[in-house]
Amino acid sequence: MSALLYRGAEWSYDTVQRIHDAVSDIALGELGLDVYPNQIEVITAEQMLDAYAATGMPIFYHHWSFGKHYTQHEMMYRKGLMGLAYEIVINSSPCISYIMEGNSATMQTLVIAHAAFGHNHFFKNNQTFRDFTDAASILDYLKFAKSFIAQCEERYGESAVERLVDAAHALQPHGVHRSGKRRSTDLRDEEARQKERRDYEAQMYNELWSTLPTTPGKATLTDLQRNALNQRLGLPEENVLFFLERNAPRLASWQREVIRIVRLVGQYLYPQRMTKVMNEGTATYVHYKILHRLHEKGLIDDGAFFEFLTSHTNVVAQPGFDHPAYQGFNPYALGFSMMQDIERICLKPTAEDRIWAPDIAGCGDAMGALRDIWANYRDDSFIAQYLSPRLMRDMRMFAIEDNPKRSDLLVKSIHDERGYREIRRALAKRYDISYTDAIIEVAAVDLLGDRRLILEHRVVDGRLLATGESRKVLQYVADLWGYEVELKELDAMSGKMLADHHARPSPATYAA
Amino acid sequence: MHIIDRRLNPGGKNLPNRQRFLRRARRIVREAVRQASASRSIRDIDEAGVVVIPGNGIDEPSFHLGQEGLHNPVFPGNKEFVEGDRLPRPQGGAGGGGSQAGQGKSEDSYQIALSAEEFLEFFLEDLELPDLERRRVTSVESEGLRRAGYASTGSPSNLALGRTMRNSLSRRIALRRPRPADVAEAEQAITEAQAAGADDDEMAELRQLRDQLQRRSKAIAWIDPIDIRYRRFEPQPKPMAQAVMFCLMDVSASMTEHMKDLAKRFYMLLYVFLKKRYKKVELVFIRHTDEAREVDEQTFFHGTESGGTKVSSVLHEMLRVVGERYPADQWNIYAAQASDGDNDPRDNLEVTGLLSGVVLEKCQYYAYLEVNEPGHGSTPSSLWRAYEGIDEPNLSQRSVTHREDIYPIFRELFSRNEDVRRRTV
Repeated sequence: MSALLYRGAEWSYDTVQRIHDAVSDIALGELGLDVYPNQIEVITAEQMLDAYAATGMPIFYHHWSFGKHYTQHEMMYRKGLMGLAYEIVINSSPCISYIMEGNSATMQTLVIAHAAFGHNHFFKNNQTFRDFTDAASILDYLKFAKSFIAQCEERYGESAVERLVDAAHALQPHGVHRSGKRRSTDLRDEEARQKERRDYEAQMYNELWSTLPTTPGKATLTDLQRNALNQRLGLPEENVLFFLERNAPRLASWQREVIRIVRLVGQYLYPQRMTKVMNEGTATYVHYKILHRLHEKGLIDDGAFFEFLTSHTNVVAQPGFDHPAYQGFNPYALGFSMMQDIERICLKPTAEDRIWAPDIAGCGDAMGALRDIWANYRDDSFIAQYLSPRLMRDMRMFAIEDNPKRSDLLVKSIHDERGYREIRRALAKRYDISYTDAIIEVAAVDLLGDRRLILEHRVVDGRLLATGESRKVLQYVADLWGYEVELKELDAMSGKMLADHHARPSPATYAA
Repeated sequence: MHIIDRRLNPGGKNLPNRQRFLRRARRIVREAVRQASASRSIRDIDEAGVVVIPGNGIDEPSFHLGQEGLHNPVFPGNKEFVEGDRLPRPQGGAGGGGSQAGQGKSEDSYQIALSAEEFLEFFLEDLELPDLERRRVTSVESEGLRRAGYASTGSPSNLALGRTMRNSLSRRIALRRPRPADVAEAEQAITEAQAAGADDDEMAELRQLRDQLQRRSKAIAWIDPIDIRYRRFEPQPKPMAQAVMFCLMDVSASMTEHMKDLAKRFYMLLYVFLKKRYKKVELVFIRHTDEAREVDEQTFFHGTESGGTKVSSVLHEMLRVVGERYPADQWNIYAAQASDGDNDPRDNLEVTGLLSGVVLEKCQYYAYLEVNEPGHGSTPSSLWRAYEGIDEPNLSQRSVTHREDIYPIFRELFSRNEDVRRRTV
């Protein structure tokens, strides 16, 4: 009897089960991965397109923007401009991997190794995912979200809900707690507590107090009082949606709940943006290792192995900056190269590596070192720590300084002794989403005046907000807040005001 | 590990999302059409064209950083650069290549090509003709054939096989025609009896039975001419709504070219709109000074005439034409009158009497458009005041000065919302 898992391209459920078990032996036994239980779902191309539209989640609330994405994807797919992914994997427990029915047996092996073990391990162990997401409950939560929003549509009308979700979506990137500290987030508790507080005030109300003379003229606050007020509102607050959900004076409780749903979904997806390179690098490295082992153990034949190598090579291709296909760094290529490089540093370090990565150079346990890195880093810190001079040379990296005041560009550093640190720093910065995203926080509320909400954008390197879209988003903020909103763009270093935007609420957009 | 086959799950999970998207896009296209039509000349209103819809309604804005400021990108694939090289800034944005593409979203606007039909569809959407239902069935126009049961005669191509076989079957059952199987069975019985060596009586009996069956099935045809049915078709008379539109215009010397242009635009809109709603729309042009005459379109707009102004004359002329050619029980009558509002004051009483007494009775809708020269004060004219005194739901009056007001006023007159329509400016 042959030891091969399968022959040719055909597969059945039995084959998939055998492949999974063989891959599992290697992943858990030899690589020491630690994964959520797996659930593999076979879907058609059409279902894959469906899954694309709503962020890949199996259950999601309805919104026109998903329809728009679907229409775009569908058109591109039908015109042949776009292929479909081989898999989608969901950070949940059990970890759901979608595999397409059209894949060959080798592709299914690759996909299972990549998604069901590579990504799965990363989801379960990486610190950012552990901090920000709750894999066990996400599907239940989405089910709740979908039915809640559907109920709201029934009760308050589709357009009212749509306007609200539009606004919340626009602010979704500013609806995350970046520090990852736990807060009490149960809105129902919050509502109960608020009601309790109001009841108490009603009980304690005494007409007599209102007859006390107050200081005439405009009321002013001392710094101390202002600080106390700000503290009570939790200001400054970087999570704009969270602030609006809690404090916007004119929203009804269902509106707060809808905002909260959008916010929590954003929070759940947030780590994926921070770990694109690492996540794909990990999964690619894992499937590469596993497929090699399967071949060594004689479980797949040479033909299958070649098929795998072809796909793998396509995935990790990195065209140069002047190549027509260049679209920035390919996260698969960068991630995979770095993982392989780390393995090399652990096993066969050069003198240079001992200087640049003394903690792992020559430690001999590549998998141990990698597992540790996978657990404790995200893209920016990972690159800042482990991008080696060797890899910079291999990929021939160079950094450009683009100063708008000059008509030409400066090649600031290249892959040489003087440039390594600069390139590494610059590349890490491009994966630091606190640098690439606009950092906007709620700074103050004019509680004694007209209830104006003041947002601040900390401008780094003179990079201001793009005005056109910002105006629209600011309008959303004003509509949600119900009063005027001001957005100040302040230079992060000097505190100088660089730009100032205002928005007034459109009449009664979200009036309850 | 579980493997779940989702392939048989119902598809179309995104259907509600797509429907929402299309609905939203539709609203935006409609607005874009409205805007485009304001700048189009009315002559081209029913032509195809491209409308640009702003990315506005179907974009998803977010706060993101603009292109200004210091950037420090890193690229792979260096071939010849050394530190300190100066490079020309590539065309189309900072940073070179597609490195910025992920961050800077462009403010797209989408172009949508609409056919003439679609354009009009959007253009006239939610406009409604008042009292469209009142006089509906008028002249009859045959519109193709309609199935109308079965007939015993007809052309072979219309043979209704199913019905024919049904008749044949019921007749055969009623007349007890033996089934082929019965005959075969009798035959079989004879063979068996022969093999068993049955006696002659028995054989004769069996043969007789068989012959009887055979005779019977010969006598009763499988399909008899009386079974045959043909599908019958009938010409279907379809009721057709027809309308006549009266264009009434004052062409006295006080009417300037500008005023005539305004009136013409209004008539054209009305014509396009009526054509959309009725299969058959006839136009009658009546112009008047102190006497009225039915003319052709060319003369109506371009011929000149001089004289005083008597509006009652045009109403008389219209009533004459209606009486001769367009009986009110067969035609939906629409009238649009354009005038600068000057009328012989002695005539006003007759005009109001005619209108409220006779004309409005016959008309579905009577629109009075008072055209003004820009810059003139808008004190109500004598005719305007006279019309204001008439309280009938199917009379509307509007005053217009500028070309671009025509379309909004038209929309107002025919909007589905009763309140908007009734209000007089």
